[in-house]
Amino acid sequence: MKLWEIAHSRTGDKGNISNLSLIAYDIKDFELLKEKVTPEVVKEWFKDIVKGEVVRYELPQLGALNFVMYDALGGGVTRSLSLDKHGKGLSSYLLDIDI
Amino acid sequence: MKTIRIATGAGYAGDRLEPALEAMEKGNIDYISFECLAERTIAIAQQAKLKDPSKGYNGLLEYRMEKVLPLAKEKGIKVITNMGAANPERAAEVCVQIAEAYGITGLKIAAVTGDDVADILDKYDDTIVWETKAPLKELEGIVSANVYMGSEGIVEALRQGADVVITGRVADPAIFMAPIIYEFGWEMDDWDRLGKGTQLGHLLECGAQVTGGYYSEPGKKDVPHPERLGFPIAEVSEDGSFFITKVEGSGGVVDVHTCTEQLLYEIHDPSSYITPDVIADFSKTTFEETSKDVVQVGGATGRERPDTLKVSIGYLDCFIGEGYMSYGGPGAYERARLAADIVLKRLELRGIAIDELKVDILGHDSIYWNSERAPVPSAPEYRLRVAGRTKDRTSASRIAEEVEALYTNGPAGGCGAVKSVQEIVSVASILIDRKDVTPHVVIKEV
Repeated sequence: MKLWEIAHSRTGDKGNISNLSLIAYDIKDFELLKEKVTPEVVKEWFKDIVKGEVVRYELPQLGALNFVMYDALGGGVTRSLSLDKHGKGLSSYLLDIDI
Repeated sequence: MKTIRIATGAGYAGDRLEPALEAMEKGNIDYISFECLAERTIAIAQQAKLKDPSKGYNGLLEYRMEKVLPLAKEKGIKVITNMGAANPERAAEVCVQIAEAYGITGLKIAAVTGDDVADILDKYDDTIVWETKAPLKELEGIVSANVYMGSEGIVEALRQGADVVITGRVADPAIFMAPIIYEFGWEMDDWDRLGKGTQLGHLLECGAQVTGGYYSEPGKKDVPHPERLGFPIAEVSEDGSFFITKVEGSGGVVDVHTCTEQLLYEIHDPSSYITPDVIADFSKTTFEETSKDVVQVGGATGRERPDTLKVSIGYLDCFIGEGYMSYGGPGAYERARLAADIVLKRLELRGIAIDELKVDILGHDSIYWNSERAPVPSAPEYRLRVAGRTKDRTSASRIAEEVEALYTNGPAGGCGAVKSVQEIVSVASILIDRKDVTPHVVIKEV
């Protein structure tokens, strides 16, 4: 099953840091997300893009996780050579993870 | 119990205007705030001001204010915006001219300045810049330095009777929280309330991103009438509790999921959202749908504000040259790859000085770089993109030109060439002492 089946996501950017929310459609799936989508899984998934560490924060009352990915935007939004300088599309890529 | 209603008028510099006017006409609102300054917008505006001292404010200011000011006067709605960018005083003068042209009188228009700290940068020569990890004095090509101010300048303008408040760089949530502080007389060290007000500002600052914009996923997250999304309206009480809604009958949706996506947008540690006014804690946030398109928000708190303020320094960094060429039909991927190889070899043969180069095949790896992904040969078309960073404009042009030259020199069937060269103003950050920053309010009356 893809994460896309049970969760949604939005990307934010600050300088060279990208953050990805991961939000369960049904809060009952939060524990599954917490168990399967570890910072290590996310770091491995984005290994070609994210050069720094990945930190995870948990908001169980909202069924949400927040991943903060450091050194993740090709040097920063203003100077990145990426077509997607803000990394806005990374949220959809996160949802492609199989669990 | 007194409540006030605040709407978003814009969530970014170029946002739609109709939803702002709709909120003013039908939203029963007291305030409308237009957030129009991204991280480096002000550096670019500063360059415009250097060329022409009467510019340097948001390019859509006139377009917006010609519609907004008459409505604001008619309905008694106060307007707050950071559309002043690098030139709030000139932007206020432009508003005065618009008001006069439309025969509006009895309006106080305030400019809040003090965010331009270029003159005091010398004091911070030895301060380490976050991005370069080197002392500030080693940063060349500085064009602007603007500090993120808090709510106090806007609050002061409102206390002086301003109906329209125009700022340069302030923290985004501040343009939404300032009217709450003013209306309810909140103390500037009431951290708990300021945490709640900052949460309201954070949820509203990106406009439709909390009402169904940047949200649709057909079949899973369907949004009614995305072509006429309503902008958010927050109704807040003296204790800082509030709900978010939108004009009845407008497009879009406000529910727990739209609010959760926006809550975490551009947030790192949810328990420490650092602003000039307060360190807000969103980690215990609760959302409750009390009726259709109405979400009650709770659980935010706050801690004492930091002694330092963040400065964004714009500097001339580099040039980026970029070229595109498409390939379709059988063998399209292989021809696009060959085209990339040709461009790379040409740049090497000509000895073009390039700091960093990136090759993308759109349709394959341009958004999701993955070195292990195999091509899908069945895709009907691919688009090559070559982008490179250089120290000078000429070298950047060479990159773009070599892609275009694939027309007569490259693989068969190349089409749709596009090229561009951009001078890049980047942003670097330092922290400065809060004591070095004082907001100033200038009021003009019509």
